[in-house]
Amino acid sequence: MANPMKIRAANKDGITELKVLVSHEMETGQRKDAAGAIIPAWFITELSAKHNEKIVLTSEFGPSVSKNPYLAFKFKGGAKGDKIIISWKDNKGETRSDEAVIV
Amino acid sequence: MNTQRRQVLKTGSGAALLAILAAAGIVTPGIALADWNKAAFDAKSMADTLKALGAVSPTESKDVQVTGPDIAENGAVVPVGVSSTLPNVTMVAILIEKNPNALAASFVLPEGTEANVQTRVKMGQTSNVYALVKSDGQFFMATKEIKVTLGGCGG
Repeated sequence: MANPMKIRAANKDGITELKVLVSHEMETGQRKDAAGAIIPAWFITELSAKHNEKIVLTSEFGPSVSKNPYLAFKFKGGAKGDKIIISWKDNKGETRSDEAVIV
Repeated sequence: MNTQRRQVLKTGSGAALLAILAAAGIVTPGIALADWNKAAFDAKSMADTLKALGAVSPTESKDVQVTGPDIAENGAVVPVGVSSTLPNVTMVAILIEKNPNALAASFVLPEGTEANVQTRVKMGQTSNVYALVKSDGQFFMATKEIKVTLGGCGG
């Protein structure tokens, strides 16, 4: 099981800024190991962010997103104490969801 | 001593074979990836990627900005941001022209989410980085060259 994400959600003047750091290998499938064999691709394909029950961002990643992906964006609304849920799915079908509270 | 070495070699090649099999399994069309825009992420050239995203001949726009370093020392972690002042932006994508697959990431922005997204990408070599933005149903783009001193796709 993957490590938890680091999520920071801060509201300022009615705009919530979200910063997410995901723990994931993001292996491209183009690298080779010491024996010369290709290391299979393993990367996050989809990531979504929800504010309470409303989706505020959906994204699709390719393998060229860096290892341990970082993502920052802003949306209007949100109040201190509101719940943020970030979920991702990778190409092996693994998923993870983490929650944070807007501060 | 020698037999030990042989054993290591044996197990090594076994693991390699497994890796190849796993890779082959992943390359076959994945049912799990039904929603993922495979065509766009598999496309090699800029033109094919744009086509797969449904963005035929996007307009260059000053209202779209690509932010990032002029020179990235480490191609494995290049901070790139896309922002736009265009109205009703519903989609943002980051494309790296000279990567094996141009499309790095795409974002769907519902109403209320600002056209301002930052992430980190890998770059194999110095390349133009394109930001593609969909505003009011039309596609716009901007570009920035980022020089890479150490590639991010090597071993």
